[in-house]
Amino acid sequence: MRLKFIEERIAKILMSLASLLVILFVVSILYTILKRGMPALNWDMATKIPEGGYYNGGGGGVLNAIMGSLFIVLGSTILGLLISIPVVFYMNVYLSKTSKLAYISRLAFDVMFGIPSIVYGAFAFSIMIYLGMRTSLGGGILVITLLVIPIFIRSMDEVAQHLPKDLLDASYSLGATKLETIKVVLLQIAPGIATATLLSVGRAIGDAAGVMFTAGFTDSIPTSLSAPAATLPLSVFFQLSSPSASVQDRAYASALILTIIVLIISVLGRLVTTYFSKNKI
Amino acid sequence: MKEFQYKNPTRATWAEDYSFLNNDLDNSKLEGDKNKKSNLKVTDLNLYIHQHHILKNVSLEIPDNKITCIIGPSGCGKSTLLKTFNRLIDDTEGIRYDGSIWVDDVDIFDKKTEITDIRKKMGLLSQRPCPLPMSIYDNITFGCKLHGIRNKKRLAEIVEEQLKAVGLWEEVKDRLHAPASKLSIGQQQRLCLARGLAVEPEFILADEATSALDPISSKHIEELFVELKKDYAIILVTHTLRQALRIADHVIFMYLGKVIEAGPADEIFNNPKEELTRKYLEGAFS
Amino acid sequence: MNRILKNKIAAGMMFSLTLASISLVVLIGMGLYLKSAPIFKEHSLWELISSADWQPSSGKFGFLPFIGGTLWITGIAVILALPVALLTSIFLSEHSKPYVKKWIFPALDILAGIPSVVYGVWGILLVVPWVSEVLAPHFVEYATGYSTLSGGIVLGVMILPLLISLFVEIFAAVPRDLRDAALSLGATRWQTSKLVILRKTLPGLLAAVMLAISRAFGETIAVLMVCGNIPLLPHSLFDSCYPLPALIANNYGEMLSVPMYESALMLAAFFLFIVVLIFNTSSRAVIYKLERKFQ
Repeated sequence: MRLKFIEERIAKILMSLASLLVILFVVSILYTILKRGMPALNWDMATKIPEGGYYNGGGGGVLNAIMGSLFIVLGSTILGLLISIPVVFYMNVYLSKTSKLAYISRLAFDVMFGIPSIVYGAFAFSIMIYLGMRTSLGGGILVITLLVIPIFIRSMDEVAQHLPKDLLDASYSLGATKLETIKVVLLQIAPGIATATLLSVGRAIGDAAGVMFTAGFTDSIPTSLSAPAATLPLSVFFQLSSPSASVQDRAYASALILTIIVLIISVLGRLVTTYFSKNKI
Repeated sequence: MKEFQYKNPTRATWAEDYSFLNNDLDNSKLEGDKNKKSNLKVTDLNLYIHQHHILKNVSLEIPDNKITCIIGPSGCGKSTLLKTFNRLIDDTEGIRYDGSIWVDDVDIFDKKTEITDIRKKMGLLSQRPCPLPMSIYDNITFGCKLHGIRNKKRLAEIVEEQLKAVGLWEEVKDRLHAPASKLSIGQQQRLCLARGLAVEPEFILADEATSALDPISSKHIEELFVELKKDYAIILVTHTLRQALRIADHVIFMYLGKVIEAGPADEIFNNPKEELTRKYLEGAFS
Repeated sequence: MNRILKNKIAAGMMFSLTLASISLVVLIGMGLYLKSAPIFKEHSLWELISSADWQPSSGKFGFLPFIGGTLWITGIAVILALPVALLTSIFLSEHSKPYVKKWIFPALDILAGIPSVVYGVWGILLVVPWVSEVLAPHFVEYATGYSTLSGGIVLGVMILPLLISLFVEIFAAVPRDLRDAALSLGATRWQTSKLVILRKTLPGLLAAVMLAISRAFGETIAVLMVCGNIPLLPHSLFDSCYPLPALIANNYGEMLSVPMYESALMLAAFFLFIVVLIFNTSSRAVIYKLERKFQ
């Protein structure tokens, strides 16, 4: 009889420790990045592109990579939304719950969700070679779009599957066609769309393996879709492989910038999600 | 547009007062301002969901400018019948039907019939109020915009008219652009009614529309139905006999997917022809 | 009539869009297979995965070190992450007070949102020195710290948020009654978790672990940064290793000059694709089934 209470005690301690460990990891990662990134972080890092000899300790910053990353995230998010909203709408409003096509699509998007970005990158690169394309901003955007589509679709679908039948009926009984019901559906799943965007922006900005071969790397800010584009994760990676300690320090600073951007996005996302929930039934 | 008289629900004795239900509306005088009679006729309707025969040889006619109550024990197919009228039932898995339903002499099952036109003629009020996820104002204009009304001034007029018609105007006129979900559940149901009326339907279909509401809100909705019947044919599915007794002009009794008896309320309630109807009314089963 | 036509056209377009997105999976699979096919003309599949000899310039493509490296790192990551994830998620869904959730859920969100390159930097700054200076001296004479173990640790932390969120979701699907039944029989909370919840959800938990494994398989940058990248099968946890994704990432740019090299790297990508395909579909099947059971 006593034994089970002792067991309960031990279990509780272990569980608390495990949870503490999770928090410890977060603190440790943030603290490490902050501690090593802070000394090399200065205004130039975020506002200047690399000057000559940057990778040997010359002046400048990583604005090229920041802008490249933002362009890629913006492009892929817009493309991703344009593709995934109709798909989610089709799966949930036009197809019935037991439809074979809906089942197969969900499975396919699950698989796509699992495909590593390096595989997308390699696949896209070999197609680009085949087409004679060079590494470019456009190529990077396309690969990241492939990467975020399943994230968009899966997390929006999660919400859309719980659309109240009454809501659709209410719209239909006013004489709306299924297409015209999209406004109602979009407003209802708006918080889901916001969450999905948040998730995919996070994934898109942090991805390095996918853009490695497709977007390339450059010291200037891309001016067209066919120009190569640097990205922040790759910039961290390349600076880190430099033998010079001062360049490595700047890698840590760049990692700090990346982390700050990700955290800002996540906080903003939370606010936006709350805002979009206001009309929800 | 139709004109409505609105009774103030806040008057002291309102909750107890059912006098409005009795005789203050004389049906014979109420030809309404419509020239055309609304007409809904069902002939030999059979409906199956997978193997189940849900509606069996249903034939009936819905009179205009009356409240028709469909009564019957739960599971008798009354809600299904109601949703067949505007073919919301179409999206159900494994649905099959034959027979026909005529709305203003158009067969709604005909392939050439555009279902959105049929649905526009039928305002639906569901069991639980279901406002669209937008503001009060947009809820009402949603349907109008679909059917081509774009003029902002006209839309604002419609909103005011319809909200007045359901007695919601005074309560919400200062917060028309607040989310509809912020209203109380009784207000939401009245908003849904106003939303349905805004597309100028001929019929109002109500599927146990008061069952989720508190008694006061229920009475409010019932009162509205009685007012509205001068312009619409109202079809009410209900499982509360007392509600049918209060407001029905015409009653259809269904049992196990069949129409057992249909006729004027007085006849059915006071002098049912069928044994089953009598038993149901006596509360032998429900 | 115009509106009706619009509806029909839109339906057609959305149908094609859906179909196109689905066929992408097939397309990628086929593309990878076709690209890697040439290598099978010279080597058999068995030869490729059983040989440890990797010398692309002399036409030797032994994938064993890479497959071994991937398996090692993934295995370590799962072994390390599983108990932590399991305990934390039981704590979150069965035992904890609201304020605990208020702290842990945002922490998990941050953990899930941190880019893999930042994990890599953290690995280099903290995990690698720790392994090399604190842990390794107890076992071996010299270790750089860029090792299988470091890779496993970093990867383990990376899959934590995924595992925990999947677990919490699965626990949440267990009906309340089941818990109440066990508790009212006099079981302690932990006994309820252990005997009822865990047992009831075991297939789902396994499926979640498989999903996490398939995610771990493909993780590239963070692992690449800390695992040393030497194409030899590791003999101990402190040896360097070279997982498949790192192989692709490190060599893809330069492969064009060496014959068969591209084909070999595409085969590596194809391996990853197949593993993800199998793991994902089977674990999804289990989860779907489980969801239906609880509904």
